[in-house]
Amino acid sequence: MKILVAYKRVVDFNVRVQVKPDGSGVVTEGVKLSANPFDDIALEEALRLREKGVATEVIVATIGPADAQAHLRNGLAMGANRAIHVVTPNAIQPLTAARTLLKLVEKEQPQIVILGKQAIDDDANQTGQMLAALWNRPQATFASKVEIGNGVAKVTREVDAGLETIEVDLPAVITTDLRLNEPRFIKLPDIMKAKSKPMETIDFASPGVESGDHLKTTAYAPPAKRSKGVMVKDAAELVAALKTKGLL
Amino acid sequence: MSKVLVIAEHLNGKLNSSTARCVTCARDLKPDAIDVLVLADAPDAIAAEAAKIDGVSKVFTMANAANTHALAAIAAPQIAAVAKNGYTHVFAPSTTFGKDVAPRVAALLGVAQVSDIMKVIDAHTFQRPIYAGNAIITVQAPADQTLVATVRTASYAAAANGANTAPIAALDISAELPTHTRFVELAQGKSDRPDLQSASRVVSGGRGVGSAENFAIIFKLADKLGAAVGASRAAVDAGYVPSDLQVGQTGKIIAPELYMAIGISGAIQHLTGIKDAGTIVAINKDGEAPIFEVADFGLVGDLFKLIPELEQALN
Repeated sequence: MKILVAYKRVVDFNVRVQVKPDGSGVVTEGVKLSANPFDDIALEEALRLREKGVATEVIVATIGPADAQAHLRNGLAMGANRAIHVVTPNAIQPLTAARTLLKLVEKEQPQIVILGKQAIDDDANQTGQMLAALWNRPQATFASKVEIGNGVAKVTREVDAGLETIEVDLPAVITTDLRLNEPRFIKLPDIMKAKSKPMETIDFASPGVESGDHLKTTAYAPPAKRSKGVMVKDAAELVAALKTKGLL
Repeated sequence: MSKVLVIAEHLNGKLNSSTARCVTCARDLKPDAIDVLVLADAPDAIAAEAAKIDGVSKVFTMANAANTHALAAIAAPQIAAVAKNGYTHVFAPSTTFGKDVAPRVAALLGVAQVSDIMKVIDAHTFQRPIYAGNAIITVQAPADQTLVATVRTASYAAAANGANTAPIAALDISAELPTHTRFVELAQGKSDRPDLQSASRVVSGGRGVGSAENFAIIFKLADKLGAAVGASRAAVDAGYVPSDLQVGQTGKIIAPELYMAIGISGAIQHLTGIKDAGTIVAINKDGEAPIFEVADFGLVGDLFKLIPELEQALN
């Protein structure tokens, strides 16, 4: 069984993202870029399924500019068998990403596609669900536990009301939540090994994907700041202050 | 000329307040109609609740045993079929329910989705947060296609409920429903406390609380205040409380009137979940903690000493 992992490059989660003073975007020049943390969880889950003997091959795929390969090499060093890089000149939106991933799915015929539930740059939380719809296959989003057996994935999902368990027939799309697993650290020898693993480069134009980039971002602004309040000296003063505001 | 279809969220036969929050957002479009769609096995009681929400034009129901549990793969083709009845917008709440189903609807319709609407500029222009709320973007959607969107429920108060009596009609739209997705169970935290997402008061604990046992002090204070209990990601990761209590970028985005952050340092991912709270109170032993930058009232000290004092002062 093959597993395809969608592996997006984003601004590293430790970077405090700033809006450019002219409002034309956010500062990404000279900023550390890494794999989307939820996608690392997706890759880790795929690797564990291979280690359990459920899967035989794990493919990491990214859609991004020509220089977006360092994180794919990291994905290979983590343990993926091979990588696919769909090279796009411009940033794409979730519908386009889903249509592109569908092309990869048609070519590779994976039984499971695992993605992060959202990318921490656009926070859209759409691509996995869209891929599942276009593929006409089940989706198990926000997964915190995955069990595979007899052509079925039993997935526990983190939902607002608690933990929901669903069963989906394979092939299926799974998106990961934070607590599905803790991704492994990369060891130095694996970085060396990753250099010889196959990385296929596909030009975005060649699979003939219809663009779904229908949204236009017209402005970027920093968030409204909450003004700093007052410090109180003890519990009694706090209660008095809250009573004055009519909150108690 | 906008016509909005709001997808009702419900559980155990009760309408979730996220639905009325979506209606509030939809009203900002100044639409010609706001219709609510209820997918359920027995939708009548839920539809009756939805019909009372101010601003709702009509309520449509799709009664089907397949709709007993909200499964995106089963709901999406039904929603997409209804959306084709001249709707310009399809709105769902930005809860795990809406986040799961809305993109599936958008993809079936071949249209884009705007996630987490926090402000309506006009019928096709919206503001939404990106990068955990570190930037707010204005996005423009094409006017010539149906727009699917999720509504950031913390940005909108629930539309008032009571005076309206919108007509309710059962729909019979044949959409082929898949059988490849099956509900197994829902493990809900058993709690008599208010719901975290709609509570007017929330008391949250963080890493500073120190252990699952110590979290009792947070629950006790919350009960005294009639508040819901929340937690930071650090507290959930440390196993103090279950994940459905997590507040922040990847947890719940909330807007209570009173939010008390106890032993929470205030990482940006947490702050993004509470920035619409009415009043924020922070209690932390580190006076330099970033939570104090956004708190309306800050109190520096040992929470295990301060909370009992607080409870005493509340008496």
